[in-house]
Amino acid sequence: MQLLEFQAKELFREYGINLLKSISSTNIEEGRKHAKELGYPFVIKIQVPVGGRGKAGGIQKCQNDDEFELKYPQVMDLTIKGEKARAILLEKMADIKKELYLSLFLNRSKRCYTIIASAEGGVEIESVKNQIIKEVGLGEVSDELARQVAKEMRLEGNTAEQFVDTLKKLSKLTIEKEAELVEINPLAIMQDDSIMALDGKFVTDDNSNFRHPELQKYQEKTEIEEQAEKSGFSLVELDGDIAVVGNGAGLVMSTLDMLSDNGGKPACFLDVGGGATTESVYEALTLISKLNRVKGILVNLYGGIVKTTVVAEAFLKAYEDNLIDLPVFTRLKGTESDKAKEMLQGSRTNIFDSVEEAINAAVMGVKK
Amino acid sequence: MTDIFGLLKGKPGEPDYEKKGVIVQGITGSYGSLHAGKMLEYGTNIVAGVTPGKGGQTWNECVPIYNTMQEAVDATNAKISIIFVPAKFFLRAAKEALEAGIKLLVAIPEHVPIRDTMETLELANKKGAIVIGPNTPGIMIPELIKIGIMPPMPFKAGKIAVLSKSGTLLYEISDALTNAGFGQSITIGIGGDPINGTRLIDAFDMVKNIPDLEGMVVVGEIGGDSEEMLAQRIIDSGFNKPTVAYIAGRAAPKEKRMGHAGAIVMGNYGSAESKISMFNKANIPVAKRPAEVPVLLAGKMEKSD
Repeated sequence: MQLLEFQAKELFREYGINLLKSISSTNIEEGRKHAKELGYPFVIKIQVPVGGRGKAGGIQKCQNDDEFELKYPQVMDLTIKGEKARAILLEKMADIKKELYLSLFLNRSKRCYTIIASAEGGVEIESVKNQIIKEVGLGEVSDELARQVAKEMRLEGNTAEQFVDTLKKLSKLTIEKEAELVEINPLAIMQDDSIMALDGKFVTDDNSNFRHPELQKYQEKTEIEEQAEKSGFSLVELDGDIAVVGNGAGLVMSTLDMLSDNGGKPACFLDVGGGATTESVYEALTLISKLNRVKGILVNLYGGIVKTTVVAEAFLKAYEDNLIDLPVFTRLKGTESDKAKEMLQGSRTNIFDSVEEAINAAVMGVKK
Repeated sequence: MTDIFGLLKGKPGEPDYEKKGVIVQGITGSYGSLHAGKMLEYGTNIVAGVTPGKGGQTWNECVPIYNTMQEAVDATNAKISIIFVPAKFFLRAAKEALEAGIKLLVAIPEHVPIRDTMETLELANKKGAIVIGPNTPGIMIPELIKIGIMPPMPFKAGKIAVLSKSGTLLYEISDALTNAGFGQSITIGIGGDPINGTRLIDAFDMVKNIPDLEGMVVVGEIGGDSEEMLAQRIIDSGFNKPTVAYIAGRAAPKEKRMGHAGAIVMGNYGSAESKISMFNKANIPVAKRPAEVPVLLAGKMEKSD
């Protein structure tokens, strides 16, 4: 899960990392109160769990009430990479001398925490120049290493000291909260040579959630996603009109690819998982029936551990209960698939021998 | 390089040649019990089970159960174990296995915290052991040994190595290969987690020198850079056996996790385009759909004849 900027900053504050004064709000009335408290000039920043906010117009300066009244609703209405605003953060304007980049992340290829730092920050990570990369192992960043990074960034005096301090606090935070990624970009050197985190990004390892009840308050899931998780399958909502159901993340992704190649638009990614039962697949169909935009269901199953008959049974029950009246296009293969096909004979499910045929029929089917 | 075949089946002349002993951790749980049964059916030599508190009992009237891995290893001298415990208890089980001298650890649980995986790998490194997974379907030599949860139908003995991040796609693509007459010498599911005990390059190093290897299939997906690293390794090593790849997730939106913990694209990092372009550089064709894999492989083989 990626936290919002203001949530990441709450954690930064807890660990003593320097921040400008900022307050988040979810409506303009609240915002007005905060504007008074903070005083102009300040910056308003859209709170979405994706990057690229600046480019999309999600970060605006406000010098006075008029600008605030104009820009707050504009920023609130933005959709960035499909994400709507969760809140608006008001933050004091900074008197910046220089922008740096600093992050700590779990390095997948090296299998350890790794520091990326640069004396040229403020842009997206791909374009950060002169990256300093240091592998840290599994423990906290040592004084020595932090000083080495500061030196390579050509920081001096008080600024260097503060940078070392920030890096060490960031490392403590990363390890204690088991983050996959913590990023400060930009990390600003102010006119008085102090250092401030102007933005914050924090990605948790959701698998370690059971050890971090304190992060639960940041969990943000749609009702449907939450229900999916409870029932033991994985669902990602997409904006097309054909619901894609399958077993195994790889197979479902592969089905999405083939569907898109053939001109179809997936409405969701739904992996019923290795432990699928008739009940859980029925539950999955219930969720799909709640997605209004769906015009058809494409099922691609490779029964290995999961018996295809389990899925057939769930569909039959769903028809019986009038849960779904959408056309269903199904490819079944593997364990007990002959029996499953027989069960579905005469039902509203269209059964195909190959996934290609099922996809083509689904694409044609929803066009009607 | 790890001699994976040596670990799995041993060397001619050894008393348990081709039937190396395997310990099942969590054998009395429903999942562990189900798959221990299926592995036995397949012919895997399960010599012990471990469930704390149930030592002294016998599973299914044929496999002795021990309380600890140390006891199980002392009694059987096994070097392989497969873990079926809830993710919360994985780290403890894995440490116990490695401390007891296990050299090949197959880690089935999904949702293992990354930190726990990293700690396991650090210890495995120290002990000179291999970890497959976590979140893996397992590893198999078709028609000989199966250490995992894969169904038997898609697989047939042969001379193609299949390395895969995804479980179901491993089955799907092996099935397509089998139907086209390409049996498999070994299949390794590395798992869909961000950090895998055995990366694609490690799996490649394990199989590249098999004497009768005729080709290789790599099943990747979006997220991370293990496909890119593999492509580079293939270029650097001058490996010239016919190789075909498949990458799932071309149509997945950025910054969204697609089921697997590791399947996420951040910026261009982990994108399908980046992987496909590296495979192209390594002269490895990338199939657009699973069914295309055997077709491309056959094409490659013709050319290399």
